[in-house]
Amino acid sequence: MVTIEDYGNYETAWCPGCGNFSILDAVKSGLVASELEPHQVLFVSGIGQAAKAPHYLNANVFNGLHGRALPVASGAKLANPNLKVIVESGDGCNYGEGGNHFLAAIRRNIDLTMIVHDNQVYGLTKGQASPTTMEGFVTKAQPEGVASAPFNPIAVAVAMQASFVARGFSGMIEHLAGLIEKAIAHEGFALIDVLQPCVSFNKLNTFAWYKKRCYTLPEEYDPSDWHAAMGMAMEWGEKIPLGIIYRQQRDTFERRLPVLEHGPLVGRDTDLGELKKILEKFA
Amino acid sequence: MERTDVTLLIGGEAGQGLATLGELLARSLVRAGYFVVVTQSYQSRIRGGHNTFAIRASTEEIAGPRESVDLLVALNTETVTLHSKELAAEGLIVADAAHGTASANCLQVPYQELGEQKFANVVALGVVSLLLGLDQDLVAQTLDDVFGKKDPQLAKKNQQVLTEAFNWCGRQTVDFPKLPAVDNPAKRLLMNGNQAIAMGALSAGLKFCSFYPMTPATSIVLNLAAHAGRMGLVVEQAEDEIAAINMAIGASFAGAPSMVATSGGGFALMTEAVSLAGMTETPVVIVVAQRPGPATGLPTRTEQADLEFVLHSGHGEFPRAIFTPGTVEECFWLTIKGFEVAAQYQSPVFLLTDQFLADSGRAIEPFDLDNLAAVDPGIEADTPALPYHRYALTASGVSPRLLPGMSKHLVVAGSDEHPVDGHLTEDLSIREVMVEKRMRKEQGIIAEVVPPEAQGDERPDLLLVTWGSSRGAVLEAADQLRNETTRVGTLHFSQVWPLVPDHFLQRFQDAEQVVCVEGNAFGQLARLIRRETGFALHSRVLRYDGLPITAEYIMRELGNS
Repeated sequence: MVTIEDYGNYETAWCPGCGNFSILDAVKSGLVASELEPHQVLFVSGIGQAAKAPHYLNANVFNGLHGRALPVASGAKLANPNLKVIVESGDGCNYGEGGNHFLAAIRRNIDLTMIVHDNQVYGLTKGQASPTTMEGFVTKAQPEGVASAPFNPIAVAVAMQASFVARGFSGMIEHLAGLIEKAIAHEGFALIDVLQPCVSFNKLNTFAWYKKRCYTLPEEYDPSDWHAAMGMAMEWGEKIPLGIIYRQQRDTFERRLPVLEHGPLVGRDTDLGELKKILEKFA
Repeated sequence: MERTDVTLLIGGEAGQGLATLGELLARSLVRAGYFVVVTQSYQSRIRGGHNTFAIRASTEEIAGPRESVDLLVALNTETVTLHSKELAAEGLIVADAAHGTASANCLQVPYQELGEQKFANVVALGVVSLLLGLDQDLVAQTLDDVFGKKDPQLAKKNQQVLTEAFNWCGRQTVDFPKLPAVDNPAKRLLMNGNQAIAMGALSAGLKFCSFYPMTPATSIVLNLAAHAGRMGLVVEQAEDEIAAINMAIGASFAGAPSMVATSGGGFALMTEAVSLAGMTETPVVIVVAQRPGPATGLPTRTEQADLEFVLHSGHGEFPRAIFTPGTVEECFWLTIKGFEVAAQYQSPVFLLTDQFLADSGRAIEPFDLDNLAAVDPGIEADTPALPYHRYALTASGVSPRLLPGMSKHLVVAGSDEHPVDGHLTEDLSIREVMVEKRMRKEQGIIAEVVPPEAQGDERPDLLLVTWGSSRGAVLEAADQLRNETTRVGTLHFSQVWPLVPDHFLQRFQDAEQVVCVEGNAFGQLARLIRRETGFALHSRVLRYDGLPITAEYIMRELGNS
C-alpha cells in the first residue's frame, strides 16, 4: 500500500505562496492514487523553478537541460517501457525552448505524462515574458508590453489530436490530482497544462484572477468529440475551462515498434549469431 | 602483360547508377582476392551534376587512393573532358560509342547495341571486368547476389546483358594489361567506414540510436536501421539533433547503450547535451563524420577540421575520449572500444571520421566475433552500499551505477551541480569535491589511451605525423620517400584525446624534421600537440579543398614530385 509519506517531504527553493507547492501536493496524491511506488516512477525535468519539483519528492529523477525534458523522457521510455515516465517543467521550458519537442512528442504518442506548470511568466530568470504570457503584459524585458500572441498549448495539442489533453489549476488540488491520476492511467502521450499564479512576477494572472475564471467542464462534456474540443480549447478570457478537453485512444509509439514486443531494451543480450549472418552480406 | 596495381575511375551524373556499378566492381575485385580502396566524390544533389567512384585495386595490401587513373570509365562526355588529364601514360578510356570520343586510347562501347538504356551499368560492368581480368562467373555471381532476389526476370536479363558485354569486349583488340589472377583468394569483406562503425556498434551491444539525417553520417544509421529488428535495437529519427542526443542520453540513463551520428553542423546543435552527458555522467557514443565547414560548407566532400571543435565541445570541464580511426578495421574496433570507455567511465566518447573514410570501401579480413568479449555495460549487479547514491565518491571517480526502475533504489541524475545523491546543491564546498570526482575519471581514460601507431625508421630524418583517415596516404608517401633518399618514420594517432606525451614525444625529439599531415587549414593536431607538450612541429602539409589527402599530394607539398 503506497502512502503519501512514501513520497517524502522536502524543503524547497520556491517563494512562499507559489503555486508549485499545490502542484507538488497534487502530483504526490496522483501517484498514490495510481498505486505507484517511488522506484517505479521516473521524473524528467528541464530547467526553471517548476523543473525543480521532482527534487522535492522520492522517485527516480533525470533533471536535464532547459527545454529538453521530452527527448530525454522519450529515450528513457523506449529503453525501458516498464518505467512510468513523467515530464514536469514550466511553460517556458516546454513550450518555448522545447517547442519542437512538444510537437514531436504529440506526433509520436509515446506513453508519457507531461505536467506543465504554466504561470505565464519566467520565474527563475525574474519576470520576462513566456510563450503563454498575454499580449500587452509589461515586463522589464518587454517594457512596451508583449507584442506576440500567446501560445495556446491546449489548442495546439487538440489540433494535432494528442491522445490526452487536459487543463488543471493549482488552486484546485483535488481536481488536479484526479487529472494526474487519469493522465498516468492513459496509455499514450498525456498533456496537463496547469495554470498557477507566480506571486513574485505575474501581478496580472493572480490566484484571484484564475479563481474567478476557472470552471470545471460539465459531466455531459464529451472529450472524444474533436470539434467540440477545438472549440473548448479556444475558450480563454472571462471563462477558462478545466478538465479533460480531448481524449482518444490510438496506438502508442512503443506498440508500433516490433522490437519492443520482446520486452525492454535494458539488459538484452547481443545476438552474435545474427550479427555473423549480417556480416556475411559484406563478403 | 600484367599490372599488379590499377586505379579505375567511373564518372557520370547522379542518377546514372555509377555507385551501383562501382559497388559491383569493387565487390567482384574483393571476391577475386584483390585489395581495394574506394574513393567516392559526389555533389550535393540527387540527379545530374558530376560524380565519381574511384577504385584502386592491387594484388598487394594498399593503404590509400591514387590520383593517377589507369582506366577511365566515362558514363558521359563530361567525364572525359574533366578527367583525361588524370589518365596515366598507358591509361585507357572506356566511353560510349554514341559520344564519339575517338582517340587511340579510347575503347568505344556500343552501349545501345549491347542492352537497353537501363542496363548500361551492366554493360559497363562486363566490359570493365573483362579488361581487369575478372572471371565472368565470379562477376555474374556477384551481380546475382546483389540483384538476383529482387526480380527474377530482371536478374535473367542482367545476366544476358553481362554475357553480351563480356563477349563483345572479348572480340576487341585492346592493349590494356590485366590484373594477375590471385590463387586461392582469401575470404575478405568489402566494407566502408560507416558500415564498420555500424557493425562495431552492434557488436558492442548498441540498443538505441537516435539521429537527424546529415551527410556523410547518415549511412551509419541506415545500416543500423536495416538490422534493428533482428538485432533488437531502437533506431529513431528525431525532430532535430538536439532531440537526438537528449534521447540517446535518456535511453542510456535508463540502461540502453546509446549512440548518435552526425556531422559538424548537426554536432554543433548537440554540444549543450555533450556537457549534460559530462555532468550527469551518462555514457554516450557520438560519431562526428566530418565534412568541410564552416556552416554548410561542402556537404558531400571531406575534411578533418573538427578536431578542435569536438575537443572543446560542451561548456564546463569534464573528461572525454576522442577516437580517430584511420582504417575501416579501426572504425570497427574503435567503435567497440568507444562503447567500453563510455560505459566504464560514464562519459561522452567521440568517434571522429570524415566523408572520405565513411564512403571508402576496403577489402578487410572478416572480424573474429567468436573471440569478441561482450562490452561491460558498467551496471552494478550487486546492491551497492546503502543508501544508494548515484554519485558516490570513489577513488577512481567512477560511481557505482544502477538503473532507474530496475531495483527499489532511486536513481537521481542532475544537470545542476549536485551532492552524491544527485539533487540540487549550491554548497560551494560540495562543488569542489564533485569537480574533482569527475576529473579523477580522466586518469582511468588516460590509462586506456590507444598509443599512436609508429612505423618506419625510429630516428628518422623525416617524421610524418597524422591522424584519422589520412593514415593511408601518409604510409604510402613515406614508402616512396624512403625509396628515394631518406630515413622516414610515420606516427598515426587513432586517438587524439587524451594525449599521453610518453607515447610519442621521444619520437618527435629523435627526428630531424617533424611534419604534420592533416586535412584542415590550421594544422589542428599540430596546434594541440604544441599546447600539450610545448613541441612545435617543424612544418605542415595541409589540405582543405574538399578532397582526401593522397600520397601524390604529400609528395607535391614536400617538393618531391
